Amino acid sequence: MASPLLEVRDLTISFADSSPVRNLDFVVRQGETVAIVGESGSGKSLTALASMRLLPKTASISSGSIHFAGQDLLGLSERAMRERRGRDIAMIFQEPMTSLNPVLTIGRQIGETLRLHRGLSARQARKRAIEMLDLVRIPEPAKRVDDYPHRLSGGMRQRVMIAIAVACEPQLLIADEPTTALDVTIQAQVLELLDRLRRDLSLGLLLITHDLGVVGQWADRVVVMYAGRKVEEALPDELFANPLHPYTRGLLAASPRLANNLHYREAALNEIPGNIASALREPGCPFVPRCPVAVYACRGGFPQLVLPSPGRLVACPIAVKEPSHGAAVGI
Amino acid sequence: MAKTFRRTALQAIPTVVGIVIINFLLLRLAPGDAADVLAGESGSATIETLAALRARFGLDQPVVVQLIAYLDNLAHFSLGFSPRYNLPVADIIAQRLPGTVALMLTALVIAVVVGVALGIIMASFAGRWPDRLLSVFAILFYSIPGFWVGLMLIVLFSVKLGWLPSGGSETIGAGKTGLAGLLDRLRYMILPAMSLALFYVAIYARLARAAMLEALTQDYVRTAAAKGLSPLAITLRHVLRNALLPVTTLAGMHLGGLLGGAVVVETVYSWPGLGRLAFEAVMSRDFSILLGVLLLSSLLVIIANMIVDLVQAWLDPRIEVR
Amino acid sequence: MDDGPWPHPSQGAARSAATVLQPQAAGVGDWTNVHTPDARSASAATAMIAAPRALRTFLRSPTAMAGFVILLSMVVAAILAPVLYPGDPLSMVARPLLWPGQNSAFPLGTDSLGRDIAAGLLHGARVSLLVGAAATLIGLTLGILVGSIAGYHGGWIDDVMVRLIELFQTIPSFILLIVLVSIAQPSIPTVIWAIGLITWPTIARLVRAEFRSLREKEFVLAARSLGYGHARIIFREILPNALPPIIVTSSVMVASAILMESALSFLGLGDPNVVSWGSMIGAGRELLRTAWYLTALPGLVIVLAVLSLNLIGDGLNDALNPRFSGDR
Repeated sequence: MASPLLEVRDLTISFADSSPVRNLDFVVRQGETVAIVGESGSGKSLTALASMRLLPKTASISSGSIHFAGQDLLGLSERAMRERRGRDIAMIFQEPMTSLNPVLTIGRQIGETLRLHRGLSARQARKRAIEMLDLVRIPEPAKRVDDYPHRLSGGMRQRVMIAIAVACEPQLLIADEPTTALDVTIQAQVLELLDRLRRDLSLGLLLITHDLGVVGQWADRVVVMYAGRKVEEALPDELFANPLHPYTRGLLAASPRLANNLHYREAALNEIPGNIASALREPGCPFVPRCPVAVYACRGGFPQLVLPSPGRLVACPIAVKEPSHGAAVGI
Repeated sequence: MAKTFRRTALQAIPTVVGIVIINFLLLRLAPGDAADVLAGESGSATIETLAALRARFGLDQPVVVQLIAYLDNLAHFSLGFSPRYNLPVADIIAQRLPGTVALMLTALVIAVVVGVALGIIMASFAGRWPDRLLSVFAILFYSIPGFWVGLMLIVLFSVKLGWLPSGGSETIGAGKTGLAGLLDRLRYMILPAMSLALFYVAIYARLARAAMLEALTQDYVRTAAAKGLSPLAITLRHVLRNALLPVTTLAGMHLGGLLGGAVVVETVYSWPGLGRLAFEAVMSRDFSILLGVLLLSSLLVIIANMIVDLVQAWLDPRIEVR
Repeated sequence: MDDGPWPHPSQGAARSAATVLQPQAAGVGDWTNVHTPDARSASAATAMIAAPRALRTFLRSPTAMAGFVILLSMVVAAILAPVLYPGDPLSMVARPLLWPGQNSAFPLGTDSLGRDIAAGLLHGARVSLLVGAAATLIGLTLGILVGSIAGYHGGWIDDVMVRLIELFQTIPSFILLIVLVSIAQPSIPTVIWAIGLITWPTIARLVRAEFRSLREKEFVLAARSLGYGHARIIFREILPNALPPIIVTSSVMVASAILMESALSFLGLGDPNVVSWGSMIGAGRELLRTAWYLTALPGLVIVLAVLSLNLIGDGLNDALNPRFSGDR
């Protein structure tokens, strides 16, 4: 097994009045794609930001540890952390339309990381920027390098973001919902690009998404989050073939699948009743208000993680004991 | 660039025409005319003299003829004749124009530089005591009349401390030239420029603060942080340029206000410029000069707006120069 | 019997030593687009401008209340001026050039003609506040009329109005002001009308912008489908919704009207028969070196009045245009 790049242990992120992420554990290894899946409000974006120590001012990491390549990130000074950002760990964000500075050319924005971390001169940086644009398959890179972001489409801007991120050949790339804001056809291209870069540059890729289709196609391992907690972890095939946690089952049951041959007039989507806001005040398992198999004891505290098989984790002893509850849905 | 220039120039023509017509109307509305003024000054106000004067200055023609004559004069860059100074109005104005332009530009530069710097400081300490303190100062500056602060500055720096001169534009009779001359003139310009600029420092400081805070919440700032840039680099390279855009827009609109402020400031400091000329013209009921100043200052504003448009297109690549 | 996997409620997983990180370095702000419901409690909520809430916000702001109190005291003082200092403030009452504090009967001193400064300040307050309020009223009326018609109707009416507004905004306001005042006879009504004529374009522009955006809203469509006439829609439907920015701007307009009036009187272009703060400064200018209190005191009062109006304006802005920009 490749060495762990990013090790997050027992991470808790808190704001003044709440903790949107609690006791989170996961590992990303070199060369593998780990997907964190969850709905809005599950805390996955905060997790991504925390891994770069880019949390907003009002948030803080109240407990837990984050290690990168064996080094404790949380103990680093801000200056030491800045050295790692962009150079060893890089991140791309959800909104390509607004994530680029409108008054600087894309060449300069790519070159900025190179000049900062590699000490390149302006001319060298521009040359390398053209190479990076070519790497991310932007046509006519030598012409495009002097364009301003507003001249590019959303998909192209996201490619530029990726170019910026991998320019200094980092070891870990965090992609926070990189395709959510893009057209479906472009989504596939961007994800394919990310996967190719992962292989060619031996990156570790942490993919944050709410789209199960993305997970199925591109991830090596899946972590399912709900209301700030990890509720399940598995290989994608295992997850889709045999989801264990009631939340995962609900998610998969709710996805429309062509194979089921359902027409909207014949059947409705199986929703998970309620919404995530109900998890806020829950003392025990946050899914209790919406869970079809919850019992009274579920309120007593967050259930311990169960390992039904190697590499498989579920935070629900009831589901493991009675795996026939809920419907397993194949892809 | 040339296209933008041409486009804005064409758009400005109706405005110029409107200003000219208003100018002419006001000239007509003015009580008495140049002949009265001249006759009053020379003391020979007999009917024959007045009629002769009027005929001489073409003041006895019908209105439309006068308007055409006025427009014709304008086409030849003539703004009329000042009976009082016995010189063409255009010459008098041309003499005073550089002084005012120098003063206004200096004041604008001071206001933008100091204002934006204060705004950056306030944004960096947003919510904490340096921000609150500077915000109080900003509102205070915004509430102080320019002529009064001019007088108070004279009391402080000229009367009490004796550091700076209290009026005029250069040391008379010293005949300094070159660098020494420039420094000398600067000494005289500091207080009037500061008095003029103070009001606008407050405006730009508050605007820059708001623009900075707004820019700091933008996504591209987060991207820059993810690259590992230091907060200073992010502020200077990414935030500042975006935050300056609204400042430049506003700065252009302030030309008119600066000209108005120049009237009182130049009067307080006896600065030889258009503002004081306007004041003197008012006092002496010399409407040809007064309206010449009005016309010219309006043209200055139009030119300044065109320059601001060009500057904006240069600063913001999203503004397509069509 | 073992408890099974259910931990005792008081148990927690082993935690490493709490590491509370220092918040992000100054300059990198809140990520308002991190969409977790717990993260930003107030984002994305559109503010419903309710008068009671706006009033409460205003009352709770210390600076706005300070401004209000100062302004109120000035208004009261102005109203009481003929009571406290009866007679003509321009009449000579004492030895000239008394410094403030020299004579307890004249706490603020006297000017070069022996006139009581304090009397001048209070009577001057009447002039300045009156001119400020009246000129603003005229500017508001004209501006609302022009702006609402232009913004509502669009088309050629709008084009003409916009041209007119642009024209006025190109001509430097103060120079136009002194031209207008010097053409007419300088008197209080002249000054009021002249300032009103200078300031209406700002309001017109604002009102026009508001109307242009509001006229597309559904409640206007609903009103038209009910057969309401244009005038009714403009004044009863749209205008009340356009009021917040107008209210905020009007306090600033009063402030700038006072500044303009004082500048005019300073230059000697105001009403020669009344005492005004500006005229007091103008009169004291010759004695700047020896009796600088003659210019300082009226100026301080102007600053106080204008400051109070600006503070009120800020307070109104906060109350009527809430923004979650995190900079308070």
